[in-house]
Amino acid sequence: MSTSPVQKVVWESGLEVLPLYTQEQVEQSQLEDGIGLPGQFPFTRGIHSLMYRKQPWTMRQYSGFGTAKETRERFLYLIANGQTGLNVAFDLPTQCGLDSDDEMACGEVGRVGMAVDTLSDMEEAFDGIDLKKITVSLTINGAAVPIMAMYFAMAEKRGYSLHELRGTAQNDILKEFIGRGTWIFPVEPSMRLVGDTIEFCAKHVPHYSPVSVCGYHIRESGATPVQEMAYGLSIAKAYIDHVKHRGLSVDDFAGGLSFNFNIHGNIWEQVAKFRAGRRLWAKILKNEYGATSPRSMQLRMIAGGGGGGLTIQQPENNIVRGAYYALISALSGTQTMALCSYDEAYTIPSEHAARLSLRTMQILMHEMGLCDTVDPLGGSYFIETMTNEMESHIVKAMAEVAAQGGIVRAISDGRVQAAVNRQAYERERKIQSGEIPKVGVNCFVEEEAERPVELHPYRDEEARRQVERLRAIRERRNEGSVFASLDALRRDAQAGKNVMPATMNAVKQCASVGEICNVLREVFGSYREPVRF
Amino acid sequence: MTTNRVIRVLIAKPGLDGHDVGAKLVCRALMQAGMEVIYTGLRFSARAIALTALQEDVDVIGLSILSGAHLQHVQALREQLLVTGIADKLIVVGGNIPKQDIEALCSMGVRRVFPTGTPFGDIVDFIRQEVQK
Repeated sequence: MSTSPVQKVVWESGLEVLPLYTQEQVEQSQLEDGIGLPGQFPFTRGIHSLMYRKQPWTMRQYSGFGTAKETRERFLYLIANGQTGLNVAFDLPTQCGLDSDDEMACGEVGRVGMAVDTLSDMEEAFDGIDLKKITVSLTINGAAVPIMAMYFAMAEKRGYSLHELRGTAQNDILKEFIGRGTWIFPVEPSMRLVGDTIEFCAKHVPHYSPVSVCGYHIRESGATPVQEMAYGLSIAKAYIDHVKHRGLSVDDFAGGLSFNFNIHGNIWEQVAKFRAGRRLWAKILKNEYGATSPRSMQLRMIAGGGGGGLTIQQPENNIVRGAYYALISALSGTQTMALCSYDEAYTIPSEHAARLSLRTMQILMHEMGLCDTVDPLGGSYFIETMTNEMESHIVKAMAEVAAQGGIVRAISDGRVQAAVNRQAYERERKIQSGEIPKVGVNCFVEEEAERPVELHPYRDEEARRQVERLRAIRERRNEGSVFASLDALRRDAQAGKNVMPATMNAVKQCASVGEICNVLREVFGSYREPVRF
Repeated sequence: MTTNRVIRVLIAKPGLDGHDVGAKLVCRALMQAGMEVIYTGLRFSARAIALTALQEDVDVIGLSILSGAHLQHVQALREQLLVTGIADKLIVVGGNIPKQDIEALCSMGVRRVFPTGTPFGDIVDFIRQEVQK
């Protein structure tokens, strides 16, 4: 019996890779609309005609810890080192809509991000930072309503017009139910709150991106690259469908949606995923939603991470992985880049590690020629064929979601979570058995020496300071106007009105994140997870 | 303890940490190994974990913690287990646990720490061995 001379190569998403590609495969896999030119429909090659020749990607490392004071210091450090945007990490109590003095917040205040209770924390965090030069991304989901309101109120107080304000909120609640888990309210009212922020921004903060739809965390939870894109685009469609029902035209708000995707795994699979996703999104907007504005059809994204690819073993290998991830990100035509730092499998990144991530991107940008020309891989037989095949696979995965009654239903029932989890298990099993190679984990393993990673200290006194600060504000503020503002919020929430104006008023009266979320909990209830295996 | 009873395990996510991939992987691995697994889902307080362990009559409580607040959560659970009168339960912890904290966790009654990436077989074997002692 003769054995095949070349081993079969199959990507995580199930696509088989040939040893050689020619024009023939490109033609066979050809889809409607082709690849087009950069900056033109269907945007396969990038959403701008000149891409990095005109504007290199924004460098936006995820950062935040302790109180606003410590976080601001890290922000200033990153900006001084050439970072061009900020991505704010909030601590778990803030993300879950709890105040720092809540019983459940014990031990978590300022631990994995910055603690924010009231407007004054937001003001302190951005004090002296020019919000026109540095765009800010807020990684907030369940508690997006009060946190976005605080950010807007802070910007207004600083003299910025909301009409000019740029930036992004993550605010993608549907993916929180699949992975990441900072949900607060049940699925339906959660959708309504996302809708409120989109509608509010479309009317009052037109250059702000109120939602960044995240395939990223779905991938981190175990999804393949095809599923990551398919679930992400399905979620984005769910938000569009919801807001359209409010009577807004798709071109009024679709341009405000942005995306957040993951970059760990096979280089080519990721590049093909991004190019395919970009083209598919443009077609969906044009053909299914009748969008006419090119901005509505453009898939703007941050390509970041990917924590899931990093390893505890031999942590310096993560520096190398990070460099390749950044390369993927640049080759994919991302607008913004972020990297998990090499120590992130252990701890909050040290200054040193965060700077290394930044330098990784700067080396690509300034030394290696990644900004020389637009879509350098465009036209490659291999890349174009795989871009076509990825798109077909993504379309199929989206159709499966639609057949389950749509993504909102599939998430509410816990079916997406169960599918992703099953896959995570299979993958982990294959890594443990060595079937999927992972350097330093199941091959090229070393006897562990002392790990050269410095752990970020958790300081109880910072948490105590935050609680004291909140109590001092509660004593100082006008309780009558706080109460009235929360009451107005409750009435608007009950009446089905957009909650953003009342929330803006409440944060200006120094109402806290916890108080605002408690009012919304009273009206909407709390989410209960469907545990399903 | 009888040896032919099916081992019952409570896998719990204390506090606010939303990282549940690892917890769910371990649930699945233990189920595949024939154990009965009760998974709390996210955001359980120490009190709720202790009461669930009591009501479900589990042999093992496995905590999954990736936020870094493991010392606080284990201490809080320890207190609640004492209050509930089930301080003798086998407690294991998994997640992002630095080596330097393992000793402190063990002094609080944790029998074994399984850092991220621990082979499933190690967890299964340890639980079987300890429960059947």
